[in-house]
Amino acid sequence: MTLRRDFLKAGGALVIGFPLRNLLFGQRGSVAGPPDAKQVDTWLAIHADNTATVYIGFAELGQGNSTALLQVAAEELDFDMSQLKTVRLDTNITPNQGGTYSSASIQRGGPQVRTAAAEARQALLRIASKKLSAPVESLTVARGIVSAPGGATVTYGELVGDKPFHLAFTGTAPVKSTATYKIVGTAVPRNDLPDKVSGKYVYMQHARVPDMLHGRVVRPRGQGAYGAGAKVIGLDEASIAGIPGARVLRRGDFIGVVSPNEWDAVRAARQLKVKWDEAPTLTGGDGMFDAMRAARTDDRIVLERGNAADAIGAAPYKVSHVCHAPYQSHAPFAPNCAVADVKPDSALTMCSTQDVYGTRATLARVLGLKPEQVRVQYYEGSGTYGHSCYDDVAQAASLLSQLAGKPVRLQFMRWDEHGWDNYGPAHVGEVRASASAEGKITGYEYEGWQHHWSAIETSEQLALGKPAAEWPPASAQQVNPRCCGGMYDIPNVRLVNHHVDGLGWLKAAWLRSPLDLSFSFTSEQAIDQLAFLLKLDPYEFRRRNIKDERWLGVLDAAAKAANWAPRPAAVKLSRAKTVTGRGIGMGTHLASYGAAVAEIEIDRATGKVAAKHLYGAIDAGLVVNPGNVESQIGGQLVQAASRMFKEEVTFSKTHVTSLDWASYPVLRFEECPRVTPVVVQRLNERSSGAGEEVMAAAAGAIANAFFDATGVRMTEFPMTPKRVLAALARG
Amino acid sequence: MASEIKLKVNDRPWIVTAAPDTPLLYVLLNELQLQGPRFGCGLAQCGSCSVLVNGVEIRSCVTPVSAVQGKAITTLEGLPAWYAARKKLRAAPALHPVQQAMLDEQAVQCGYCYNGMIVKACELLSKTPRPTEAQIRTAMNGHLCRCGTYPRIILAVQRASREMAKA
Repeated sequence: MTLRRDFLKAGGALVIGFPLRNLLFGQRGSVAGPPDAKQVDTWLAIHADNTATVYIGFAELGQGNSTALLQVAAEELDFDMSQLKTVRLDTNITPNQGGTYSSASIQRGGPQVRTAAAEARQALLRIASKKLSAPVESLTVARGIVSAPGGATVTYGELVGDKPFHLAFTGTAPVKSTATYKIVGTAVPRNDLPDKVSGKYVYMQHARVPDMLHGRVVRPRGQGAYGAGAKVIGLDEASIAGIPGARVLRRGDFIGVVSPNEWDAVRAARQLKVKWDEAPTLTGGDGMFDAMRAARTDDRIVLERGNAADAIGAAPYKVSHVCHAPYQSHAPFAPNCAVADVKPDSALTMCSTQDVYGTRATLARVLGLKPEQVRVQYYEGSGTYGHSCYDDVAQAASLLSQLAGKPVRLQFMRWDEHGWDNYGPAHVGEVRASASAEGKITGYEYEGWQHHWSAIETSEQLALGKPAAEWPPASAQQVNPRCCGGMYDIPNVRLVNHHVDGLGWLKAAWLRSPLDLSFSFTSEQAIDQLAFLLKLDPYEFRRRNIKDERWLGVLDAAAKAANWAPRPAAVKLSRAKTVTGRGIGMGTHLASYGAAVAEIEIDRATGKVAAKHLYGAIDAGLVVNPGNVESQIGGQLVQAASRMFKEEVTFSKTHVTSLDWASYPVLRFEECPRVTPVVVQRLNERSSGAGEEVMAAAAGAIANAFFDATGVRMTEFPMTPKRVLAALARG
Repeated sequence: MASEIKLKVNDRPWIVTAAPDTPLLYVLLNELQLQGPRFGCGLAQCGSCSVLVNGVEIRSCVTPVSAVQGKAITTLEGLPAWYAARKKLRAAPALHPVQQAMLDEQAVQCGYCYNGMIVKACELLSKTPRPTEAQIRTAMNGHLCRCGTYPRIILAVQRASREMAKA
């Protein structure tokens, strides 16, 4: 295709440059990072026009952290929000803060940005003190203007204007008292939204570089077992001869097509004839849980306190059940995309990674370069909710560019993203719990079976034959002591993690609130069942068993928001076609505190379940931007409903079969509950994550609401009509 | 084989050379370099590629470019002017009231689906100025949001409806 528009020809592709401002810093961006975290200049720059750039190592993923971290900097520096901006993540420019994981931008990044800003402010006041001939203690600052008692003023911009501080970041500068906060703790509107609603926002999928080719990967539709790869038996390059400009690139079993025209690349990928080895490598969906439960496992006691087995054995009230949770997909709304320009001794890769430095290291390995020869720039894609295919697509684009000798833009097709995702692992949970006649939980046992996350990307496996491997043990891959009964004051507890070897299962990684929905679905139903056996209101029963005031705080906040009226569960059972129920649940991820109430409706004839209203409360310590967190809670509640009712990766013995929004349905407008988010603000507690912690609570609340409505416990999700009808028939 | 195709996008004429079966989306993205319509599924399942054709929302990822020759195509970028023309305003506002309402409600998270959300909501309000919540849900049901911002989108559409009634 060509276009008869001169200005477009002249402009060529949309070239994403750096802010002009950076030209003033000769060195910034010209050498491989990470920049020295011990220098204040790494963290911020004050410009002559009395504005500042804050360099942040966390990715904006749609959660609003780029606004919130600027609030932290503005507060310490006494700048207005309008005077601050940040830049895109870039391994040559931004500091290494360790990746945007575990909803911890504010938890880990907030203190670093805060102390760097405080250190800069201290230095600025020292210079101002000389300039204004007034002691530092007598100076006041507003909007970056320093005022002395006599009325003399000078701006930060005038003091250092675009010159480096050359100042060591000691981390010792005193920070402001939370009691004086004016910006932190307020719902500042997000700085990325105006461009997102107007169409000016540059997503990864928009990034272009001159002279690039469009690429697509060619893989079987849907992955087989992790570690089995995808073996090419035959490749007929002539099958795309009719598409001029398109060509096949291959390294090992890694196959792609490139073309100057994107539609030609799409057509070529569809048309290219490849014969794949289709030997069965998977259990198939039906046999999955039995096979997982029967697998040889590496067992570890996560927590042992008292003697849970004896306590449960001796107790008057006890429950025991087994729950199953499926593989679920990140399924980002936009398939992942990357642009790579690989040369013999350097590479530039633009992608949507959660960790530019981590991605740089693996790209260097794949390309046979040193990490410092590789530059990675972050461009926001659509919400990723964890480790979707962003690393895989970055590797694939880089491999295609290396093979083509030209820059390549690669976007996955919908079936690539759905079919080759790192899914959130399936889980088998067994729980046993007991209570005394007085309504105190006396014993609790949880055993969980699942595999770890996959460490090697598909592209590297296919191209280089790199053997598949799992991540080493990490807390978010195992039975979570905070989510499995950890909110309750229980004298006898035993938590056991059964690690199933991940080779031979589906490729996996962290999916928002990793495993926690599965834990809460299993565990919170057991707690609820104890309340039921005791004929106690489930909220009251939980209150009796919680000592920690922060867990109590969120539980009370959720119950209050929902106008919870005390009564035991399942006392209003009806034979009507449509029945309703309400449930309460608790949970979290690794930090913070979550509680939720669910009001749901079940059509007993069709088996269709719908959440009508979900209430979620979170305590994440000092919440920098309550507006953002309310938005996050709303999203978590809706996504939790989607995962409880609809989402399930399906697979045969040869490959994954859920490859699009028809075969992997997610919640839609007509099924969407009303949501009520509640932020429990604790100004004097350390900030902790707020992007995933209510999801587990919501999963438990939804499951308990189902029981309240029907008197039946669901032991597997998603709660599809087929499973619901089967459960109701069993009774 | 490629041929010359005349398009009218956001009130401006364009001539592109493209294979007639090329989906409109790829022309808007790569030739016109627009950022509103965007790829989500290529299967007309999600709505991220939506544009208005003669005021009706369509999925540009499955619409051959040859099928929309001579028709008025409006993308996210052209919605303020499209609104101004319908309302007979002297000048286009910076944002369509639906876009402004999405900001006012701080509805957006990642925002990738908002092209389709905004395009569809603009179409809805042009036909049904005061929709009920149920009408909004039904109209928008073919547009997916993975971040779970549906509740705030509903609020934003209701807000835009009120603002447009005032204007």
